[in-house]
Amino acid sequence: MNGVASVELTGADILVRALKDEGVEYVFGYPGGAVLHIYDALYKQEDVQHILVRHEQGAAHAADGYARSTGRPGVVLVTSGPGATNAVTGIATAYMDSIPLVVITGQVPTHAIGSDAFQEVDSVGITRPCVKHNFLVKDVKDLATTIKKAFFIATTGRPGPVVVDVPKDVTAQKTEYSYPKRVSIRSYKPVTEGHPGQIKKAVDLLLSARRPMIYSGGGVILGEASKSLTEFTRLLGAPITNTLMGLGAYPATDPQFVGMLGMHGTYEANMAMHECDVLLAIGARFDDRVVGKVELFSPGSKKIHVDVDPSSISKSVRVDVPIVGAVEPVLKEIIRLIKESGQKPGKAALAEWWKQIAQWRAKNCLRYDRNSKLIKPQYVIEQLYEQTRGDAFVTSDVGQHQMWAAQFYKFDKPRRWINSGGLGTMGFGLPAAMGVQLAHPKATVACVTGEASIMMCIQELSTCKQYGLPVKIVNLNNRYMGMVRQWQEFFYKGRYSHSYMEALPDFVKLAESFGHVGMRIEKPGDVQPAMKEALKMKDRLVFMDFITDQTENVYPMIEAGKGHHEMHLSPERELA
Amino acid sequence: MRHIISILMENESGALSRVAGLFSARGYNIESLTVAPTEDPSLSRMTLVTSGTEEVIEQITKQLNKLVDVVKLMDLTEGPHIEREMMLIKVRAVDAGRDELKRLADIFRGHIIDVTDTSYTIELTGTGEKLDGFIQALDKKTILEVVRSGVSGIARGEKSLKVG
Repeated sequence: MNGVASVELTGADILVRALKDEGVEYVFGYPGGAVLHIYDALYKQEDVQHILVRHEQGAAHAADGYARSTGRPGVVLVTSGPGATNAVTGIATAYMDSIPLVVITGQVPTHAIGSDAFQEVDSVGITRPCVKHNFLVKDVKDLATTIKKAFFIATTGRPGPVVVDVPKDVTAQKTEYSYPKRVSIRSYKPVTEGHPGQIKKAVDLLLSARRPMIYSGGGVILGEASKSLTEFTRLLGAPITNTLMGLGAYPATDPQFVGMLGMHGTYEANMAMHECDVLLAIGARFDDRVVGKVELFSPGSKKIHVDVDPSSISKSVRVDVPIVGAVEPVLKEIIRLIKESGQKPGKAALAEWWKQIAQWRAKNCLRYDRNSKLIKPQYVIEQLYEQTRGDAFVTSDVGQHQMWAAQFYKFDKPRRWINSGGLGTMGFGLPAAMGVQLAHPKATVACVTGEASIMMCIQELSTCKQYGLPVKIVNLNNRYMGMVRQWQEFFYKGRYSHSYMEALPDFVKLAESFGHVGMRIEKPGDVQPAMKEALKMKDRLVFMDFITDQTENVYPMIEAGKGHHEMHLSPERELA
Repeated sequence: MRHIISILMENESGALSRVAGLFSARGYNIESLTVAPTEDPSLSRMTLVTSGTEEVIEQITKQLNKLVDVVKLMDLTEGPHIEREMMLIKVRAVDAGRDELKRLADIFRGHIIDVTDTSYTIELTGTGEKLDGFIQALDKKTILEVVRSGVSGIARGEKSLKVG
């Protein structure tokens, strides 16, 4: 000993200290045998708050909602075995949408690994295909650095979930604690700046366009580039569409916004994609629900693609000008070059292009029957939009209600629309809303859901009660798995195989039994007052059960494997 | 087209399964895969033989580069390179066949490394084609066992795949 007193901490204390030093506010988790030391360490401090969910899937989704709405990484803590496997759906959800999570999974003691011990599962193996990276910590000396690396990897480049598997004995061993300020990983160097020559080419192409089109995705939100995207779009004067993941990156109420594109996108957005001559894809990945049939996709355009992940470029659609780089610096550079050139796309051609777009818009493709005696789901979303003045955080589950929310709630700000786009995880909406509400305690957080989706994580109503989370649940209850029913109607001659929700609970009583407020709304005339009343209850969770038209379908629709110009508008209004 | 991709990656447990998992998850094809530590024990060198269209190969190299454990990689088939594979082959060797097999091994510059009354084990190194050629030159009925290492490769000239 050299006489200098050094404080040794247990792995469990180190873990919690590391989270604190990383600036973590909330950990979403559920205790169990392998993480008992860690839970004991949590008990002894007050800096990191633990949110006890009711199922580990909920923990991952809640952390995900927190991350999506703040831009900061979400943190999850679960036990070994079933704790880890239950979290996998949430991890895969975050992975598909590139959401930064750090997921700490307990593991059986190192000496027991591989022995089929109680609650043992190969967490690193199981999560490998659905994480950005994962670690198994075998020595307490590596713990602090591994946590730092996990946060670094999760939040940089194309973000994503990182799993850190920590055996129980590692959390009991002691070592000196020091948390590195930064880490450098020789095998991981994400790019930021785009190639100047490529950016120049892109600018030349954009300025020479007669029918330019901007197609932006979730990457713009993840890359905090909404302001630059807006500035650039206005500078260019081109129409812009957002993907499902990109909604809010450009203000939806702006006249240059032509709506969402893709399978349930607007007529004008899809037609503009099909007819444009220069297409700028930015922070978007040419997903199959966006592109439709690859051979028919935007056939006459020169394509520019900006993405931080090189593997996203030319994965499904070949592009002419690939730019690997973070969206924000690339957009900034594009703006600078356009301004410097003093040029703009030809005025006359652009006016002609907007005239064409106005004709497409005139189809009013999101029109629905406003005189129906039944509650139309679209109307409910419109009311939600109006009564929250477009300023709510809206989470959703997956299915028809998700599409209607995306179509009818006009998001003007990024990080307001929280949905599982890539994996399409039913059950996402409610736990995600918990994470959003914790991050934004004063904000209105609405969970737009359906009676099928909400049942998948309904247990989290209990978590909402415990932490006083006043989420407003908008349940579009059509007694069907609506999107399944829609496809069965279109493509299976109305054979509604197992899509009818028999034996539904009384949602009003259900909400009440969890200590919340429940409402059932059955008439169109009651929608407005009910929602007003619900939104007034600032400190209560209100479950609004809207009994909606069972036969309503989501339009427009492009069938899988068709082109953007082959949309269905509705049964009454097929395209010629 | 056939490509030989050479990869330097962190020599950590699970690194190999990340590569193998990537190939199965994305439906890419692996013809052969060899892996061993390098002179720097913290690094593993992997040689992977795959085939696909240019688009598929481009995706494969991008996806491999995306793996956090991958430090560097190189498509050897893009430039002049040398590839070698080693084969250990056990053949039935009796009566007059013994001399014939010895001659054949010599022609292919193989070595007989184990001998019994009834068998030879021959070690042979070369390109995959050469090894295939040797197998074809044998009477199928005499082959008792074939062990191939998979391809290792290196770029010609000064070009090298190295960290730092």
